[in-house]
Amino acid sequence: MSANNQLREWYPFVGPFDPCPPIIVKTYVVPPNQYIPYQPMNLPQFPLDQALKLGTLWPALYSPYESKCGTGGPRP
Amino acid sequence: MWVYEKKLQYPVRVSKCDPRMAKFLLEQYGGADGELAAALRYLNQRYTIPDKVVGLLNDIGTEEFAHLEMIATMIYKLTKDATVEQLEAAGLGANYAQRDHAMFYVNADGVPWTAAYIQAKGDPLADLYEDIAAEEKARATYQWLIDMTDDVDLQDGLKFLREREVVHAMRFKEAVEIIKADREAKKVF
Repeated sequence: MSANNQLREWYPFVGPFDPCPPIIVKTYVVPPNQYIPYQPMNLPQFPLDQALKLGTLWPALYSPYESKCGTGGPRP
Repeated sequence: MWVYEKKLQYPVRVSKCDPRMAKFLLEQYGGADGELAAALRYLNQRYTIPDKVVGLLNDIGTEEFAHLEMIATMIYKLTKDATVEQLEAAGLGANYAQRDHAMFYVNADGVPWTAAYIQAKGDPLADLYEDIAAEEKARATYQWLIDMTDDVDLQDGLKFLREREVVHAMRFKEAVEIIKADREAKKVF
């Protein structure tokens, strides 16, 4: 359930005359709901305090997201 | 009818005065894919959707109002003690000119909310696919908002709201499956 297996990468074209330093890798998130057509009964649950914090009762639906603020990462 | 519980769905904490971020959060307050649009969209569509999924639209539409309240609290906390100069520097000068520190249903660009943002097509699949798209767009908006602040308390609330969008999109997909199901599935071919 790490962030990584929900992240997809792609590599945009880098032109020789682009004015800004190129972003080599772009990413987007594919949350787990995309792979579940209909939630099965009796899936494992988070403990309630953790479920409140994470926003879902179901580990199968949990989609972590970390801020890119200050990372100098893909988003300037 | 609704029963109001006098607390937020999830605690909203903001650790610094940041009117700049308040302006961006307006996208989820009065924007096309914001919480107001979501609540009004679902609570209106529910009347003419097949009865098996009315309850889902009712519940999610109601929760969207709880989210709207969280966003309002964030914006209020981020701006309530900001000086006129700070508001102006954050791009909220026009808002101050119109309404002092009051909030309004506008998007991050200051464009007033309009019912033209939402639809009711009267076709269950068309309506539910609109709802799924709205949830995914709101999820993406939350991602960009989380990217724009280094305030971990604010990020915390926004991450909660983002996860709720994921769960709602899941439930709307299930509603599509319910709508698709053949009601006379007993047939044997």
